[in-house]
Amino acid sequence: MAELRNESRFADPDAAYNALVDAHRGLDQQESAVLNARLVLLLANHIGDIEVLAQAIAAARQAGSRSGDGR
Amino acid sequence: MTTGRDNARFTFGYRRCADQDAGQAVRHPVIVVGAGPVGLATAIDLGRRGVPVVLLDDADRIGEGSRGICYSKRCLEILDALGVGQAVAEMGVRWQVGRVYFGDREVYAFDLLPEPGHKMPAFVNLQQYYLEKLLVDRAEALGNIDLRWRNQVVGLERAADGATIDIETPDGPYQLVADWLIAADGARSAIRRLMGLDFIGETFRDQFLITDIRMAAELPAERRFWFEPPFHSGQSTLLHKQPDNVWRVDFQIGWDADPEAETKPDAVRARLDRMLKGQAYEIEWVSVYTFQCRRLERFVHDRVVFVGDAAHQVSPFGARGGNSGIEDAHNLGWKLAMVLNGTAPAVLIESYGSERQQAADDNIRHSTRSTDFLVPKSEGARHLRNAVLDLADAHDFARRMVNSGRLHSASAYASRLSAADSDDFAGAVRPGAPVLDAPLRDRAGQPLWLLDLLPDGFSLIHAGEEDRPDPPDGVTLITIGEELRDPGGHFTRRYDATPGACWLIRPDHYVAGCWRGFDRGVVEKALRRATGEGDG
Ligand SMILES: Cc1cc2nc3c(=O)[nH]c(=O)nc-3n(C[C@H](O)[C@H](O)[C@H](O)COP(=O)(O)OP(=O)(O)OC[C@H]3O[C@@H](n4cnc5c(N)ncnc54)[C@H](O)[C@@H]3O)c2cc1C
Repeated sequence: MAELRNESRFADPDAAYNALVDAHRGLDQQESAVLNARLVLLLANHIGDIEVLAQAIAAARQAGSRSGDGR
Repeated sequence: MTTGRDNARFTFGYRRCADQDAGQAVRHPVIVVGAGPVGLATAIDLGRRGVPVVLLDDADRIGEGSRGICYSKRCLEILDALGVGQAVAEMGVRWQVGRVYFGDREVYAFDLLPEPGHKMPAFVNLQQYYLEKLLVDRAEALGNIDLRWRNQVVGLERAADGATIDIETPDGPYQLVADWLIAADGARSAIRRLMGLDFIGETFRDQFLITDIRMAAELPAERRFWFEPPFHSGQSTLLHKQPDNVWRVDFQIGWDADPEAETKPDAVRARLDRMLKGQAYEIEWVSVYTFQCRRLERFVHDRVVFVGDAAHQVSPFGARGGNSGIEDAHNLGWKLAMVLNGTAPAVLIESYGSERQQAADDNIRHSTRSTDFLVPKSEGARHLRNAVLDLADAHDFARRMVNSGRLHSASAYASRLSAADSDDFAGAVRPGAPVLDAPLRDRAGQPLWLLDLLPDGFSLIHAGEEDRPDPPDGVTLITIGEELRDPGGHFTRRYDATPGACWLIRPDHYVAGCWRGFDRGVVEKALRRATGEGDG
């Protein structure tokens, strides 16, 4: 079974993060949500592994609750 | 506009019957309650197997409104075995292209172009009242189906060996006793209520305005589905063709819409005018629906067996209700006939429950997913849905996620009736799966369909002339070699056939077992297993 990889994989993590942030420049909340949904679908398909997807979903949901704000 | 009792397509008369004057409750081997498509199909399958059936319905008319329109290949194959498939296929509108629009753009088109080499088309559209009328005529022609209109079941008492029912008629009440009572009385099943059974599931918080209109439009016979079209802001719309220049239009109108206001002719016209832009049409019928996905926990309760909408209900997106109910009938018919004529134990009926409950779960899962796509339950879900539609144009993966109704196909069963899946076969024809049709030729070169050759009982299909098997008693041998040839190779490919391979086929056209070579002991054991005699 494939595992969700969480060690850093980008040669330049700051550049990857900034690329995502830049994508939201000038977008309002609604437009950002739309963009994120498209991105999630494109990336999920690229991964193409339902097990990894499930682990990513679990990790994403858990991250919010660990920070204690329940989201 | 069709709204009331006076507009039924076909009416039938109530007739007093001898049982009402018998002075006591007359006993019958099988009573089917409900002459909708599923009750009719069940009665016909039993009747053609020589089992006399009393079929009760509380109405005396068909087609006051419109319901199902879309019938799958598998359903047509079953209807063909019941004697009406050809007529349905000929009367129905064949369609295979579906188009999906988002806003004013077409984002996706699919072609159900059936692979060649099947007798029946992928889908046809036909008003449910025409299907029901064909089934009523077929039931009447069989001679052993006693169809009693305006006989409403109002009471039920169960016993170990059957059930006693109370019936209301225009002449007053009477009682009957059934060895087996088949509840085919629809989504609001009286029998389910009389037995106090839960019917649990999910109601979708949305409403749909469904209308059939008559228009002589030069539109092709395609299924068209719009997400958020400009003519119906924010909601989905479906357009589908039926015979007689009748079109089904289906508007999503939201949970808060007022059904009474929405079905007023002016309101319906306003919506249609925005959509059809000047095209002339006439409204035939209109109604507002909400959708549920739910099923009974068990379909078999001793001598009471639930079929069709009485047992399970799905949303119409994917055309699963009627199609799967007709499959219920075909699964039950041979089993009940064998139990009644003493050639199988009563536990065989339990397998009806376990197999068709699995199929209902498949149908509910598919139709829930479609409905969730059409009616996103949260803002996040709506963003994802719209993202799929935005990406569908340019990205194949997203097109495959667009779900405006995955159309129905038959389920394979994990079943106690199936032999072990021991030998290696590629493809879909495996133990517990439905068989596939294939075009064949006889020695004279005449074309034949494999499904037409399957008998009412069990059969053994054998590939090749060498070592012709000697099948168990009552099993019809079908050898595909010289007498029956497979010049196109469809059979060979679909069944992954090699010389000597054989397939034991159930009366409902499911595979009981398949092997690379014939071994009489193994096939006999599989036959006992398939008829409920346990592991043999
Ligand atoms: C808008 C819409 C679109 C649909 N589209 C499709 C489609 O495209 N394809 C598809 O396969 N399915 C479709 N369906 C589903 C399909 O119409 C049903 O699944 C089908 O009618 C179920 O058949 P049935 O025989 O189980 O029940 P019903 O058709 O409901 O028949 C039940 C019968 O029992 C009788 N009855 C009820 N109570 C009693 C009583 N107490 N005593 C005696 N008789 C009684 C009733 O009068 C009725 O005749 C659609 C449904 C809707 C609403």
